[in-house]
Amino acid sequence: MQGPAAIAEENGGVIAFETPLALDSGGELAGLEIAYRTWGTLNSARSNAILICHALTLDQHVRGAHPLTGKPGWWEGMVGPGLPLDPDRHFIICANAVGGCMGSTGPSSVNPQTGEPWGLSFPVITIGDMVRAQARLVEALGIERLFAVIGGSMGGMQALQWAASYPEKLFAAVVIAAAARHSAQNIAFHEVGRQAIMADPDWREGAYATAGVRPEKGLAVARMAAHITYLSEEALQRKFGRELQRDGLSWGFDADFQVESYLRHQGAAFVDRFDANSYLYITRAMDYFDLAADQAAGLAGAFAGARDVRFFVVSFTSDWLYPSHESQTIVRALNAAGARVSFVEIASGKGHDAFLLDEPVLRAALAGFVDSAALAWRAP
Amino acid sequence: MSSVRADFAEIMRLVKPGARVLDVGCGSGELLELLVGQSGVDGRGIEISPEGVAACLARGLSVMQGDADRDLDYFPAGAFDYVILSQTLQAVARPRHVLSELMRIGERAIVSLPNFGHWRVRLDLLSGGRMPVTKALPEPWWATANIHLCTLADFTDFCDELGLAIDACAAFAGGRRARAIDPKGAFANLRAEQALFLLRRG
Repeated sequence: MQGPAAIAEENGGVIAFETPLALDSGGELAGLEIAYRTWGTLNSARSNAILICHALTLDQHVRGAHPLTGKPGWWEGMVGPGLPLDPDRHFIICANAVGGCMGSTGPSSVNPQTGEPWGLSFPVITIGDMVRAQARLVEALGIERLFAVIGGSMGGMQALQWAASYPEKLFAAVVIAAAARHSAQNIAFHEVGRQAIMADPDWREGAYATAGVRPEKGLAVARMAAHITYLSEEALQRKFGRELQRDGLSWGFDADFQVESYLRHQGAAFVDRFDANSYLYITRAMDYFDLAADQAAGLAGAFAGARDVRFFVVSFTSDWLYPSHESQTIVRALNAAGARVSFVEIASGKGHDAFLLDEPVLRAALAGFVDSAALAWRAP
Repeated sequence: MSSVRADFAEIMRLVKPGARVLDVGCGSGELLELLVGQSGVDGRGIEISPEGVAACLARGLSVMQGDADRDLDYFPAGAFDYVILSQTLQAVARPRHVLSELMRIGERAIVSLPNFGHWRVRLDLLSGGRMPVTKALPEPWWATANIHLCTLADFTDFCDELGLAIDACAAFAGGRRARAIDPKGAFANLRAEQALFLLRRG
Protein backbone atom coordinates (compact mmCIF):
# COMPACT_ATOMS: atom_id res chain seq x y z
CA MET A 1 0.00 0.00 0.00
CA GLN A 2 1.11 3.52 -0.71
CA GLY A 3 1.23 6.23 1.89
CA PRO A 4 -0.71 9.49 1.78
CA ALA A 5 2.17 11.27 0.09
CA ALA A 6 2.07 8.85 -2.81
CA ILE A 7 -1.71 9.10 -3.03
CA ALA A 8 -1.58 12.79 -3.64
CA GLU A 9 1.08 12.42 -6.30
CA GLU A 10 0.37 14.15 -9.54
CA ASN A 11 2.77 14.15 -12.36
CA GLY A 12 3.18 14.51 -16.06
CA GLY A 13 5.13 16.40 -18.62
CA VAL A 14 6.12 16.15 -22.24
CA ILE A 15 8.00 13.18 -23.68
CA ALA A 16 9.90 13.65 -26.96
CA PHE A 17 10.51 10.62 -29.17
CA GLU A 18 13.59 10.32 -31.34
CA THR A 19 12.21 7.97 -33.95
CA PRO A 20 9.41 9.24 -36.19
CA LEU A 21 5.87 7.92 -35.72
CA ALA A 22 4.78 5.67 -38.61
CA LEU A 23 1.37 6.81 -39.86
CA ASP A 24 -1.59 4.94 -41.37
CA SER A 25 -1.35 7.24 -44.40
CA GLY A 26 2.01 5.67 -45.21
CA GLY A 27 3.95 8.75 -44.12
CA GLU A 28 5.63 9.45 -40.84
CA LEU A 29 5.70 12.18 -38.24
CA ALA A 30 9.11 13.39 -37.11
CA GLY A 31 9.69 15.17 -33.83
CA LEU A 32 6.79 13.52 -31.99
CA GLU A 33 6.10 14.97 -28.55
CA ILE A 34 3.35 13.80 -26.22
CA ALA A 35 2.04 15.90 -23.36
CA TYR A 36 0.45 13.88 -20.57
CA ARG A 37 -0.60 13.94 -16.95
CA THR A 38 -0.76 11.20 -14.35
CA TRP A 39 -2.45 10.72 -11.00
CA GLY A 40 -1.54 8.14 -8.39
CA THR A 41 1.47 5.85 -8.30
CA LEU A 42 2.50 2.97 -10.51
CA ASN A 43 2.73 -0.08 -8.24
CA SER A 44 5.84 -2.26 -8.14
CA ALA A 45 4.19 -4.90 -10.35
CA ARG A 46 3.33 -2.11 -12.82
CA SER A 47 -0.15 -3.58 -13.01
CA ASN A 48 -2.43 -0.75 -11.93
CA ALA A 49 -2.18 1.61 -14.90
CA ILE A 50 -5.32 3.04 -16.49
CA LEU A 51 -5.11 5.07 -19.67
CA ILE A 52 -7.94 7.56 -20.13
CA CYS A 53 -8.51 8.68 -23.72
CA HIS A 54 -10.08 12.10 -24.19
CA ALA A 55 -12.76 13.27 -26.61
CA LEU A 56 -12.33 15.52 -29.68
CA THR A 57 -11.92 18.90 -28.01
CA LEU A 58 -10.90 17.78 -24.52
CA ASP A 59 -7.37 17.15 -23.30
CA GLN A 60 -5.20 15.56 -20.65
CA HIS A 61 -6.57 17.76 -17.86
CA VAL A 62 -8.97 15.18 -16.43
CA ARG A 63 -8.65 16.57 -12.92
CA GLY A 64 -7.63 19.94 -11.52
CA ALA A 65 -7.88 23.44 -12.90
CA HIS A 66 -7.38 23.73 -16.66
CA PRO A 67 -4.22 25.78 -17.39
CA LEU A 68 -6.00 27.98 -19.98
CA THR A 69 -9.56 28.27 -18.72
CA GLY A 70 -9.11 27.70 -14.99
CA LYS A 71 -12.18 25.44 -15.09
CA PRO A 72 -12.27 22.07 -13.29
CA GLY A 73 -11.07 18.95 -15.12
CA TRP A 74 -13.50 17.25 -17.47
CA TRP A 75 -13.91 14.01 -15.48
CA GLU A 76 -13.68 15.21 -11.87
CA GLY A 77 -16.82 13.18 -11.11
CA MET A 78 -15.19 9.92 -12.19
CA VAL A 79 -11.51 10.31 -11.30
CA GLY A 80 -10.48 10.96 -7.71
CA PRO A 81 -10.31 9.49 -4.22
CA GLY A 82 -13.35 7.29 -3.57
CA LEU A 83 -14.43 7.49 -7.21
CA PRO A 84 -14.44 4.63 -9.75
CA LEU A 85 -11.02 5.65 -11.09
CA ASP A 86 -9.17 6.20 -7.87
CA PRO A 87 -5.58 7.54 -7.70
CA ASP A 88 -5.29 5.80 -4.32
CA ARG A 89 -5.45 2.47 -6.18
CA HIS A 90 -4.77 3.17 -9.84
CA PHE A 91 -2.03 4.91 -11.78
CA ILE A 92 -4.09 7.07 -14.10
CA ILE A 93 -2.66 8.47 -17.32
CA CYS A 94 -4.19 10.85 -19.83
CA ALA A 95 -2.29 12.19 -22.84
CA ASN A 96 -3.13 14.93 -25.29
CA ALA A 97 -3.94 13.26 -28.62
CA VAL A 98 -1.51 13.66 -31.48
CA GLY A 99 -2.91 16.41 -33.68
CA GLY A 100 -4.16 18.27 -30.62
CA CYS A 101 -3.14 21.66 -29.30
CA MET A 102 -2.42 21.13 -25.59
CA GLY A 103 1.22 20.16 -25.80
CA SER A 104 1.33 17.10 -28.03
CA THR A 105 2.55 17.46 -31.61
CA GLY A 106 -0.13 18.92 -33.83
CA PRO A 107 -0.56 21.32 -36.74
CA SER A 108 0.24 24.31 -34.51
CA SER A 109 3.59 22.77 -33.49
CA VAL A 110 6.75 23.82 -35.23
CA ASN A 111 7.88 21.57 -38.05
CA PRO A 112 11.49 20.72 -37.07
CA GLN A 113 12.52 20.70 -40.74
CA THR A 114 11.29 24.21 -41.57
CA GLY A 115 11.24 25.98 -38.23
CA GLU A 116 7.70 27.16 -39.13
CA PRO A 117 4.37 25.96 -37.71
CA TRP A 118 3.18 22.85 -39.55
CA GLY A 119 -0.19 24.26 -40.61
CA LEU A 120 -1.58 22.22 -43.49
CA SER A 121 1.78 20.55 -44.11
CA PHE A 122 1.03 18.48 -40.99
CA PRO A 123 0.26 14.92 -42.14
CA VAL A 124 -3.33 13.68 -41.94
CA ILE A 125 -3.55 11.40 -38.92
CA THR A 126 -5.96 8.68 -37.81
CA ILE A 127 -7.35 7.28 -34.57
CA GLY A 128 -4.89 4.42 -35.16
CA ASP A 129 -2.00 6.90 -35.26
CA MET A 130 -3.16 8.53 -32.03
CA VAL A 131 -3.25 5.10 -30.36
CA ARG A 132 0.17 4.16 -31.77
CA ALA A 133 1.55 7.32 -30.15
CA GLN A 134 -0.19 6.49 -26.85
CA ALA A 135 1.34 3.01 -26.95
CA ARG A 136 4.76 4.64 -27.21
CA LEU A 137 4.04 6.81 -24.19
CA VAL A 138 2.84 3.82 -22.18
CA GLU A 139 6.00 1.93 -23.08
CA ALA A 140 8.14 4.93 -22.15
CA LEU A 141 6.44 4.99 -18.75
CA GLY A 142 7.63 1.41 -18.22
CA ILE A 143 4.21 -0.25 -18.51
CA GLU A 144 4.00 -3.50 -20.46
CA ARG A 145 0.30 -4.08 -20.03
CA LEU A 146 -2.35 -1.57 -19.06
CA PHE A 147 -5.00 -2.63 -16.59
CA ALA A 148 -7.57 -0.66 -18.58
CA VAL A 149 -8.07 1.78 -21.41
CA ILE A 150 -11.13 3.96 -20.86
CA GLY A 151 -12.66 6.61 -23.06
CA GLY A 152 -15.83 8.38 -24.12
CA SER A 153 -16.72 9.56 -27.62
CA MET A 154 -13.43 9.79 -29.58
CA GLY A 155 -11.78 8.34 -26.47
CA GLY A 156 -14.08 5.32 -26.80
CA MET A 157 -12.96 4.90 -30.40
CA GLN A 158 -9.37 4.92 -29.17
CA ALA A 159 -10.20 2.27 -26.55
CA LEU A 160 -11.64 0.10 -29.34
CA GLN A 161 -8.57 0.75 -31.47
CA TRP A 162 -6.34 -0.28 -28.56
CA ALA A 163 -8.21 -3.59 -28.29
CA ALA A 164 -7.90 -4.15 -32.04
CA SER A 165 -4.24 -3.08 -32.40
CA TYR A 166 -2.69 -4.08 -29.08
CA PRO A 167 -4.99 -6.67 -27.44
CA GLU A 168 -2.05 -8.12 -25.52
CA LYS A 169 -1.29 -4.74 -23.96
CA LEU A 170 -4.55 -4.21 -22.09
CA PHE A 171 -6.69 -6.23 -19.70
CA ALA A 172 -9.92 -4.26 -19.96
CA ALA A 173 -11.48 -1.67 -22.25
CA VAL A 174 -14.31 0.74 -21.47
CA VAL A 175 -16.07 2.29 -24.45
CA ILE A 176 -18.57 5.04 -23.59
CA ALA A 177 -20.89 6.82 -26.05
CA ALA A 178 -18.82 5.82 -29.06
CA ALA A 179 -18.99 3.94 -32.35
CA ALA A 180 -16.80 1.58 -34.34
CA ARG A 181 -17.04 3.86 -37.37
CA HIS A 182 -18.20 7.34 -38.26
CA SER A 183 -21.64 7.40 -39.86
CA ALA A 184 -22.63 9.60 -42.81
CA GLN A 185 -24.35 11.93 -40.33
CA ASN A 186 -21.22 12.14 -38.16
CA ILE A 187 -19.09 12.99 -41.19
CA ALA A 188 -21.71 15.50 -42.38
CA PHE A 189 -21.65 17.47 -39.12
CA HIS A 190 -17.86 17.49 -39.09
CA GLU A 191 -17.83 18.75 -42.66
CA VAL A 192 -20.02 21.69 -41.64
CA GLY A 193 -17.50 22.55 -38.94
CA ARG A 194 -14.53 22.28 -41.25
CA GLN A 195 -16.19 24.37 -43.94
CA ALA A 196 -16.98 27.07 -41.37
CA ILE A 197 -13.29 27.24 -40.40
CA MET A 198 -12.03 27.21 -43.97
CA ALA A 199 -14.53 29.90 -45.02
CA ASP A 200 -13.07 32.30 -42.46
CA PRO A 201 -10.74 34.72 -44.33
CA ASP A 202 -8.39 34.59 -41.36
CA TRP A 203 -7.84 30.88 -41.87
CA ARG A 204 -5.33 31.74 -44.67
CA GLU A 205 -5.17 28.18 -46.07
CA GLY A 206 -4.12 27.04 -42.62
CA ALA A 207 -1.15 29.44 -42.39
CA TYR A 208 -2.85 31.84 -39.98
CA ALA A 209 -0.15 31.48 -37.32
CA THR A 210 2.53 32.82 -39.67
CA ALA A 211 0.22 35.71 -40.54
CA GLY A 212 -0.40 36.46 -36.88
CA VAL A 213 -4.19 36.00 -37.09
CA ARG A 214 -6.69 33.31 -36.04
CA PRO A 215 -9.89 32.12 -37.76
CA GLU A 216 -11.92 32.71 -34.61
CA LYS A 217 -15.27 33.26 -36.29
CA GLY A 218 -15.07 30.07 -38.31
CA LEU A 219 -13.92 28.00 -35.36
CA ALA A 220 -16.69 29.45 -33.18
CA VAL A 221 -19.35 28.51 -35.75
CA ALA A 222 -17.87 25.01 -36.00
CA ARG A 223 -18.15 24.70 -32.23
CA MET A 224 -21.72 26.00 -32.19
CA ALA A 225 -22.87 23.42 -34.75
CA ALA A 226 -21.02 20.61 -32.98
CA HIS A 227 -22.30 21.63 -29.58
CA ILE A 228 -25.90 21.07 -30.70
CA THR A 229 -25.01 17.46 -31.52
CA TYR A 230 -23.62 16.94 -28.01
CA LEU A 231 -26.97 17.81 -26.43
CA SER A 232 -30.46 16.46 -27.01
CA GLU A 233 -33.64 18.13 -28.13
CA GLU A 234 -35.04 17.47 -24.68
CA ALA A 235 -32.03 18.99 -22.91
CA LEU A 236 -32.09 22.13 -25.07
CA GLN A 237 -35.83 22.53 -24.61
CA ARG A 238 -35.60 22.02 -20.86
CA LYS A 239 -32.67 24.39 -20.47
CA PHE A 240 -33.83 27.20 -22.76
CA GLY A 241 -37.22 26.60 -24.30
CA ARG A 242 -38.12 29.80 -26.15
CA GLU A 243 -36.88 32.01 -23.31
CA LEU A 244 -35.71 35.45 -24.43
CA GLN A 245 -32.57 37.29 -23.39
CA ARG A 246 -34.44 40.57 -22.83
CA ASP A 247 -38.06 41.66 -22.70
CA GLY A 248 -39.45 41.52 -26.20
CA LEU A 249 -37.97 40.76 -29.59
CA SER A 250 -35.26 42.90 -31.14
CA TRP A 251 -36.78 42.66 -34.63
CA GLY A 252 -33.23 42.08 -35.83
CA PHE A 253 -30.50 39.49 -35.61
CA ASP A 254 -29.20 39.96 -32.12
CA ALA A 255 -29.25 36.92 -29.87
CA ASP A 256 -32.92 37.27 -28.90
CA PHE A 257 -33.27 33.73 -27.61
CA GLN A 258 -31.30 32.40 -24.69
CA VAL A 259 -30.28 29.37 -26.72
CA GLU A 260 -28.64 31.69 -29.27
CA SER A 261 -26.73 33.52 -26.58
CA TYR A 262 -25.68 30.21 -25.05
CA LEU A 263 -24.33 28.89 -28.35
CA ARG A 264 -22.50 32.14 -29.09
CA HIS A 265 -20.90 31.92 -25.67
CA GLN A 266 -19.90 28.30 -26.32
CA GLY A 267 -18.32 29.32 -29.61
CA ALA A 268 -16.49 32.33 -28.15
CA ALA A 269 -15.14 30.39 -25.16
CA PHE A 270 -13.94 27.56 -27.40
CA VAL A 271 -11.64 29.69 -29.57
CA ASP A 272 -9.73 30.74 -26.45
CA ARG A 273 -8.61 27.17 -25.84
CA PHE A 274 -8.59 25.37 -29.17
CA ASP A 275 -6.69 25.57 -32.44
CA ALA A 276 -8.61 25.68 -35.73
CA ASN A 277 -6.23 23.41 -37.63
CA SER A 278 -6.29 20.88 -34.78
CA TYR A 279 -10.06 20.87 -35.19
CA LEU A 280 -9.68 20.06 -38.90
CA TYR A 281 -7.17 17.28 -38.32
CA ILE A 282 -8.90 15.60 -35.40
CA THR A 283 -12.35 15.67 -37.01
CA ARG A 284 -10.73 14.14 -40.12
CA ALA A 285 -9.18 11.38 -38.02
CA MET A 286 -12.61 10.58 -36.58
CA ASP A 287 -14.25 10.60 -40.01
CA TYR A 288 -11.64 8.15 -41.32
CA PHE A 289 -12.30 5.82 -38.37
CA ASP A 290 -13.83 2.50 -39.41
CA LEU A 291 -12.57 -0.50 -37.48
CA ALA A 292 -14.32 -2.93 -39.81
CA ALA A 293 -12.56 -1.57 -42.91
CA ASP A 294 -10.07 -4.08 -44.33
CA GLN A 295 -11.73 -6.85 -42.29
CA ALA A 296 -13.12 -9.70 -44.37
CA ALA A 297 -14.96 -10.97 -41.29
CA GLY A 298 -16.47 -7.55 -40.56
CA LEU A 299 -16.15 -5.80 -37.21
CA ALA A 300 -15.80 -9.11 -35.34
CA GLY A 301 -12.62 -9.66 -37.33
CA ALA A 302 -11.10 -6.51 -35.84
CA PHE A 303 -11.55 -8.02 -32.37
CA ALA A 304 -10.29 -11.51 -33.29
CA GLY A 305 -7.21 -11.09 -31.10
CA ALA A 306 -9.11 -9.44 -28.26
CA ARG A 307 -11.11 -12.32 -26.84
CA ASP A 308 -9.18 -12.14 -23.58
CA VAL A 309 -9.90 -8.43 -23.13
CA ARG A 310 -12.81 -7.56 -20.83
CA PHE A 311 -15.06 -4.97 -22.40
CA PHE A 312 -17.61 -2.60 -20.97
CA VAL A 313 -19.70 -0.70 -23.50
CA VAL A 314 -22.04 2.11 -22.46
CA SER A 315 -24.55 4.15 -24.45
CA PHE A 316 -27.15 6.78 -23.54
CA THR A 317 -30.76 6.72 -24.71
CA SER A 318 -30.80 10.36 -25.88
CA ASP A 319 -27.38 10.32 -27.60
CA TRP A 320 -28.10 10.97 -31.27
CA LEU A 321 -24.45 11.59 -32.17
CA TYR A 322 -23.43 8.00 -31.38
CA PRO A 323 -26.81 6.32 -30.83
CA SER A 324 -27.22 3.08 -28.87
CA HIS A 325 -27.42 0.97 -32.01
CA GLU A 326 -23.78 1.87 -32.70
CA SER A 327 -22.86 0.43 -29.30
CA GLN A 328 -25.03 -2.63 -29.95
CA THR A 329 -23.10 -3.22 -33.18
CA ILE A 330 -19.88 -3.18 -31.16
CA VAL A 331 -21.32 -5.54 -28.53
CA ARG A 332 -22.55 -8.04 -31.11
CA ALA A 333 -19.19 -8.04 -32.87
CA LEU A 334 -17.45 -8.64 -29.54
CA ASN A 335 -19.85 -11.51 -28.78
CA ALA A 336 -19.16 -12.97 -32.19
CA ALA A 337 -15.43 -12.70 -31.50
CA GLY A 338 -15.91 -14.55 -28.21
CA ALA A 339 -14.87 -11.62 -26.03
CA ARG A 340 -16.33 -10.97 -22.59
CA VAL A 341 -18.49 -7.87 -22.81
CA SER A 342 -20.83 -6.00 -20.51
CA PHE A 343 -23.19 -3.47 -22.01
CA VAL A 344 -25.69 -1.03 -20.60
CA GLU A 345 -27.84 1.60 -22.27
CA ILE A 346 -28.33 4.27 -19.63
CA ALA A 347 -31.59 6.22 -19.62
CA SER A 348 -30.62 9.88 -19.82
CA GLY A 349 -32.13 12.96 -21.42
CA LYS A 350 -28.80 14.75 -21.57
CA GLY A 351 -27.65 13.56 -24.99
CA HIS A 352 -24.09 12.64 -25.96
CA ASP A 353 -22.52 14.81 -23.24
CA ALA A 354 -24.18 12.64 -20.58
CA PHE A 355 -20.86 10.81 -20.18
CA LEU A 356 -19.23 14.02 -18.91
CA LEU A 357 -22.05 14.97 -16.56
CA ASP A 358 -23.11 13.65 -13.20
CA GLU A 359 -24.66 10.27 -14.11
CA PRO A 360 -24.95 8.11 -10.98
CA VAL A 361 -25.85 4.99 -12.99
CA LEU A 362 -22.69 5.34 -15.07
CA ARG A 363 -20.60 5.92 -11.98
CA ALA A 364 -21.98 2.84 -10.19
CA ALA A 365 -21.71 0.64 -13.27
CA LEU A 366 -18.15 1.76 -14.03
CA ALA A 367 -17.16 1.19 -10.40
CA GLY A 368 -18.63 -2.34 -10.52
CA PHE A 369 -16.86 -3.13 -13.76
CA VAL A 370 -13.49 -1.71 -12.72
CA ASP A 371 -13.55 -3.38 -9.29
CA SER A 372 -14.48 -6.83 -10.61
CA ALA A 373 -11.96 -6.52 -13.45
CA ALA A 374 -9.29 -5.60 -10.89
CA LEU A 375 -10.09 -8.75 -8.90
CA ALA A 376 -9.91 -10.91 -12.02
CA TRP A 377 -6.67 -9.22 -13.12
CA ARG A 378 -4.98 -9.99 -9.81
CA ALA A 379 -6.23 -13.59 -9.80
CA PRO A 380 -3.68 -15.94 -11.44
CA MET B 1 -28.28 -23.41 0.42
CA SER B 2 -31.58 -23.77 2.24
CA SER B 3 -32.56 -20.19 1.48
CA VAL B 4 -31.86 -20.60 -2.25
CA ARG B 5 -34.88 -20.73 -4.51
CA ALA B 6 -35.85 -24.30 -5.49
CA ASP B 7 -35.23 -23.75 -9.21
CA PHE B 8 -31.88 -22.04 -8.53
CA ALA B 9 -30.80 -24.96 -6.30
CA GLU B 10 -31.72 -27.40 -9.06
CA ILE B 11 -29.82 -25.38 -11.68
CA MET B 12 -26.76 -25.26 -9.42
CA ARG B 13 -26.98 -29.04 -9.05
CA LEU B 14 -27.08 -29.53 -12.84
CA VAL B 15 -24.29 -27.11 -13.83
CA LYS B 16 -20.79 -28.57 -13.64
CA PRO B 17 -18.31 -26.38 -11.72
CA GLY B 18 -16.07 -24.24 -13.89
CA ALA B 19 -18.39 -24.44 -16.91
CA ARG B 20 -19.02 -21.59 -19.34
CA VAL B 21 -22.54 -20.37 -18.62
CA LEU B 22 -24.81 -17.80 -20.25
CA ASP B 23 -27.86 -16.79 -18.21
CA VAL B 24 -30.45 -15.33 -20.57
CA GLY B 25 -32.80 -13.00 -18.75
CA CYS B 26 -30.55 -12.89 -15.70
CA GLY B 27 -32.52 -10.15 -13.88
CA SER B 28 -30.48 -8.58 -11.13
CA GLY B 29 -27.95 -11.42 -11.28
CA GLU B 30 -28.97 -13.49 -8.23
CA LEU B 31 -28.51 -16.88 -9.91
CA LEU B 32 -25.45 -15.82 -11.87
CA GLU B 33 -23.77 -14.58 -8.70
CA LEU B 34 -24.43 -17.93 -7.01
CA LEU B 35 -23.07 -19.83 -10.00
CA VAL B 36 -19.94 -17.67 -10.22
CA GLY B 37 -19.34 -17.52 -6.47
CA GLN B 38 -20.21 -21.10 -5.47
CA SER B 39 -19.69 -23.17 -8.62
CA GLY B 40 -16.81 -21.16 -10.06
CA VAL B 41 -18.42 -20.93 -13.47
CA ASP B 42 -17.30 -18.51 -16.18
CA GLY B 43 -20.63 -16.71 -16.15
CA ARG B 44 -22.18 -14.12 -18.41
CA GLY B 45 -25.68 -12.74 -18.62
CA ILE B 46 -28.16 -11.04 -20.89
CA GLU B 47 -30.84 -8.83 -19.38
CA ILE B 48 -33.41 -6.63 -21.05
CA SER B 49 -33.87 -4.03 -18.29
CA PRO B 50 -31.16 -1.40 -17.69
CA GLU B 51 -31.89 -1.51 -13.95
CA GLY B 52 -31.17 -5.25 -13.93
CA VAL B 53 -27.95 -4.76 -15.89
CA ALA B 54 -26.81 -2.01 -13.52
CA ALA B 55 -27.50 -4.27 -10.52
CA CYS B 56 -25.50 -7.08 -12.16
CA LEU B 57 -22.58 -4.78 -12.91
CA ALA B 58 -22.57 -3.58 -9.31
CA ARG B 59 -22.23 -7.27 -8.30
CA GLY B 60 -19.24 -7.50 -10.60
CA LEU B 61 -20.94 -9.73 -13.19
CA SER B 62 -20.40 -9.60 -16.95
CA VAL B 63 -23.82 -8.77 -18.27
CA MET B 64 -25.05 -7.12 -21.43
CA GLN B 65 -28.31 -5.35 -21.98
CA GLY B 66 -30.08 -7.25 -24.71
CA ASP B 67 -33.10 -9.14 -25.89
CA ALA B 68 -33.34 -12.94 -26.05
CA ASP B 69 -35.40 -12.66 -29.24
CA ARG B 70 -32.63 -10.87 -31.10
CA ASP B 71 -29.26 -10.91 -29.39
CA LEU B 72 -28.51 -14.65 -29.15
CA ASP B 73 -27.95 -14.70 -32.91
CA TYR B 74 -24.59 -12.97 -32.57
CA PHE B 75 -22.86 -15.55 -30.36
CA PRO B 76 -20.71 -18.19 -32.07
CA ALA B 77 -21.88 -21.82 -32.04
CA GLY B 78 -20.86 -23.78 -28.96
CA ALA B 79 -19.73 -20.67 -27.11
CA PHE B 80 -21.12 -21.96 -23.80
CA ASP B 81 -21.41 -25.26 -21.93
CA TYR B 82 -24.80 -24.23 -20.56
CA VAL B 83 -27.29 -21.60 -21.59
CA ILE B 84 -29.93 -20.92 -18.95
CA LEU B 85 -33.38 -19.59 -19.74
CA SER B 86 -35.24 -19.34 -16.47
CA GLN B 87 -38.98 -18.56 -16.59
CA THR B 88 -38.50 -16.61 -19.80
CA LEU B 89 -39.35 -18.81 -22.81
CA GLN B 90 -43.08 -18.15 -22.35
CA ALA B 91 -42.42 -14.38 -22.52
CA VAL B 92 -40.38 -14.19 -25.73
CA ALA B 93 -41.84 -13.29 -29.12
CA ARG B 94 -40.25 -16.21 -30.98
CA PRO B 95 -39.91 -19.25 -28.67
CA ARG B 96 -38.89 -21.60 -31.47
CA HIS B 97 -36.14 -19.26 -32.63
CA VAL B 98 -34.93 -18.63 -29.08
CA LEU B 99 -34.79 -22.34 -28.19
CA SER B 100 -32.99 -23.15 -31.44
CA GLU B 101 -30.48 -20.38 -30.74
CA LEU B 102 -29.95 -21.63 -27.16
CA MET B 103 -29.10 -25.05 -28.54
CA ARG B 104 -26.79 -23.58 -31.17
CA ILE B 105 -24.70 -21.45 -28.83
CA GLY B 106 -24.79 -23.86 -25.88
CA GLU B 107 -23.83 -27.52 -25.58
CA ARG B 108 -26.72 -27.80 -23.15
CA ALA B 109 -29.67 -25.64 -22.26
CA ILE B 110 -31.46 -25.38 -18.95
CA VAL B 111 -35.01 -24.17 -19.48
CA SER B 112 -37.63 -23.64 -16.81
CA LEU B 113 -41.24 -22.66 -17.38
CA PRO B 114 -44.64 -22.55 -15.72
CA ASN B 115 -46.79 -25.55 -16.70
CA PHE B 116 -50.16 -24.48 -18.10
CA GLY B 117 -51.27 -28.12 -17.83
CA HIS B 118 -51.07 -28.10 -14.01
CA TRP B 119 -54.34 -29.25 -12.41
CA ARG B 120 -54.92 -25.91 -10.66
CA VAL B 121 -54.68 -24.04 -13.95
CA ARG B 122 -57.06 -26.49 -15.62
CA LEU B 123 -59.49 -26.35 -12.70
CA ASP B 124 -59.39 -22.55 -12.63
CA LEU B 125 -60.24 -22.31 -16.32
CA LEU B 126 -62.84 -25.08 -16.14
CA SER B 127 -64.65 -23.71 -13.10
CA GLY B 128 -64.30 -19.96 -13.70
CA GLY B 129 -64.28 -19.86 -17.47
CA ARG B 130 -61.65 -17.13 -17.29
CA MET B 131 -57.89 -17.03 -17.86
CA PRO B 132 -56.34 -18.74 -14.84
CA VAL B 133 -54.59 -16.74 -12.15
CA THR B 134 -52.47 -18.98 -9.92
CA LYS B 135 -49.37 -18.77 -7.76
CA ALA B 136 -47.16 -19.60 -10.73
CA LEU B 137 -49.17 -17.32 -13.04
CA PRO B 138 -50.15 -14.42 -10.78
CA GLU B 139 -50.98 -11.73 -13.38
CA PRO B 140 -54.31 -11.21 -15.16
CA TRP B 141 -54.28 -11.87 -18.92
CA TRP B 142 -54.01 -8.19 -19.82
CA ALA B 143 -50.99 -7.55 -17.60
CA THR B 144 -48.96 -10.73 -18.01
CA ALA B 145 -45.69 -10.82 -19.94
CA ASN B 146 -46.41 -14.49 -20.70
CA ILE B 147 -47.50 -14.46 -24.32
CA HIS B 148 -46.52 -18.04 -25.22
CA LEU B 149 -47.68 -20.27 -22.38
CA CYS B 150 -47.56 -24.01 -22.90
CA THR B 151 -48.10 -27.25 -21.01
CA LEU B 152 -45.52 -29.86 -20.10
CA ALA B 153 -46.86 -32.05 -22.91
CA ASP B 154 -46.63 -29.17 -25.40
CA PHE B 155 -43.03 -28.58 -24.42
CA THR B 156 -41.91 -32.21 -24.68
CA ASP B 157 -43.58 -32.37 -28.13
CA PHE B 158 -41.70 -29.17 -29.02
CA CYS B 159 -38.38 -30.72 -27.93
CA ASP B 160 -39.14 -33.82 -30.07
CA GLU B 161 -39.89 -31.61 -33.05
CA LEU B 162 -36.64 -29.66 -32.62
CA GLY B 163 -34.70 -32.91 -32.13
CA LEU B 164 -33.70 -32.11 -28.55
CA ALA B 165 -32.97 -34.76 -25.94
CA ILE B 166 -34.23 -34.23 -22.39
CA ASP B 167 -31.41 -35.33 -20.07
CA ALA B 168 -33.18 -34.38 -16.88
CA CYS B 169 -36.48 -32.91 -15.78
CA ALA B 170 -37.55 -31.65 -12.38
CA ALA B 171 -40.86 -30.35 -11.11
CA PHE B 172 -41.02 -27.68 -8.47
CA ALA B 173 -43.58 -25.46 -6.81
CA GLY B 174 -43.19 -22.49 -4.54
CA GLY B 175 -40.38 -22.95 -2.03
CA ARG B 176 -40.49 -26.76 -2.00
CA ARG B 177 -37.50 -28.72 -3.19
CA ALA B 178 -37.46 -29.76 -6.83
CA ARG B 179 -38.19 -33.45 -7.52
CA ALA B 180 -37.00 -35.39 -10.54
CA ILE B 181 -39.84 -36.45 -12.83
CA ASP B 182 -40.37 -38.22 -16.13
CA PRO B 183 -41.95 -35.37 -18.10
CA LYS B 184 -43.78 -37.84 -20.34
CA GLY B 185 -44.90 -40.01 -17.42
CA ALA B 186 -48.50 -40.45 -16.30
CA PHE B 187 -49.87 -37.44 -14.42
CA ALA B 188 -46.62 -35.44 -14.76
CA ASN B 189 -48.44 -32.79 -16.79
CA LEU B 190 -51.16 -32.56 -14.14
CA ARG B 191 -48.89 -32.48 -11.10
CA ALA B 192 -45.99 -30.20 -12.06
CA GLU B 193 -46.68 -26.54 -11.30
CA GLN B 194 -43.35 -25.52 -12.80
CA ALA B 195 -40.81 -27.62 -14.68
CA LEU B 196 -37.12 -27.40 -15.36
CA PHE B 197 -35.42 -29.21 -18.25
CA LEU B 198 -31.82 -30.05 -19.05
CA LEU B 199 -31.65 -30.26 -22.85
CA ARG B 200 -29.04 -31.19 -25.39
CA ARG B 201 -29.03 -31.65 -29.13
CA GLY B 202 -30.36 -35.16 -29.73
